[in-house]
Amino acid sequence: MTNVVTLKINDRDVSGRDDETILEIARQNAIFIPTLCHLDGLGDIGACRLCLVEIKGNNKLLPACVVVVQEGMEILTDSPRLAEYRQMIVQMLFAEGNHVCSVCVSNGHCELQDMAHTVQIDHIDLAYQYPKREVDASHNLFSLDRNRCILCTRCVRVCDEIEGVHTWDLMGRGIQSQVIIDMNQPWGTSDTCTSCGKCVQVCPTGALFEKGKAVAEMTKNPAFLPYLVSMRESKKSP
Amino acid sequence: MNDTHASTAKKSMATIWLDGCSGCHMSFLDLDERLLELTAQMELVYSPLVDRKDFPEHVDITLVEGSVSSEEDLHKIRLVRAHTQTLVSLGDCAVTGNVPSLRNPIGVAAIEQRAYLESGLLHPAIPDQVVPKLLPFVRPVHAVVKVDLYVPGCPPSADTIYYALTEVLAGRTPDLSDRTRFGK
Repeated sequence: MTNVVTLKINDRDVSGRDDETILEIARQNAIFIPTLCHLDGLGDIGACRLCLVEIKGNNKLLPACVVVVQEGMEILTDSPRLAEYRQMIVQMLFAEGNHVCSVCVSNGHCELQDMAHTVQIDHIDLAYQYPKREVDASHNLFSLDRNRCILCTRCVRVCDEIEGVHTWDLMGRGIQSQVIIDMNQPWGTSDTCTSCGKCVQVCPTGALFEKGKAVAEMTKNPAFLPYLVSMRESKKSP
Repeated sequence: MNDTHASTAKKSMATIWLDGCSGCHMSFLDLDERLLELTAQMELVYSPLVDRKDFPEHVDITLVEGSVSSEEDLHKIRLVRAHTQTLVSLGDCAVTGNVPSLRNPIGVAAIEQRAYLESGLLHPAIPDQVVPKLLPFVRPVHAVVKVDLYVPGCPPSADTIYYALTEVLAGRTPDLSDRTRFGK
């Protein structure tokens, strides 16, 4: 059984159900919180940390996408401290991969590129790591360029939760982490992949793209997802 | 007398070209007639577009195109920094490393092997003179010297460059966040 709770976001009185997250309540009230790994229609995992918020009485910053609201909470979604952390997070994403916007299929349609703009960074102060990362072009329709992957795991989640296949997964730790196909094999040899392309549509960067797309040509449309989820849920309910 | 002269004097401006495609300089030239307007406030004292060989003792504003990729780039940018008041990273190569930095995960040895030994040259050899030695990693300008203003974009548009320049000439720090971005 759910209850209605009242709380404050940025000194504004808001209300919601006690099984809703801070992010959901904020969005319902048109309060902006930046996100990269969150996508409407997918389960949240708090991976990117961009949605960190301040909660009064708690020294820790908490990710709004996975923290449910409580009665009397006082939440700040923007502060100098949060702005600094968000800039740092986006800089780390740029420094940890090999992101070259100007020659990327997703130039101009990239959520990471947009986020750099949103959090107002015009250069990366951290040392670029230039990791060696593999490209997989073995699938006949799609390609994976791990240089552009920010490990949001939207592809993993959409494949598991929506397509119900779980072709994608994660392997390794820290800077060695990478998305893999099945038992870490070339995409084209996967016998679980249904070639549905959902992973490509939900990928926030140019890491997953359709073959044949040139620079700046890869636009994505993840809007099918909430629609698909709501249609399924309405079918389930009597 | 000297003070009066200093306050009305034109600012000196330079541009340099490190590891980039010259697209940012082309974009600068796209200012077209606005270049003439700017000459009322500044004088271009050193540039690939100007026939002067040595970098002047003091320059008020220097625009840097390109990343720091070779020993020559490194030498140049250190010299330019030492003689420049306001150093501007112009374009993605200077700001992020951009296309030249694509070689970083591959390594110099493999790149030279591919370019000079496997590309079907008549006399395949890795050059050891005339051509500047490549640095192990292509770096953005601010990884090597202090940068005062960043103008991302590939290339930044003429309008963006014009806005940035006029603001700097007026002694202000331009806010470019709604005018340009990485890759644009």
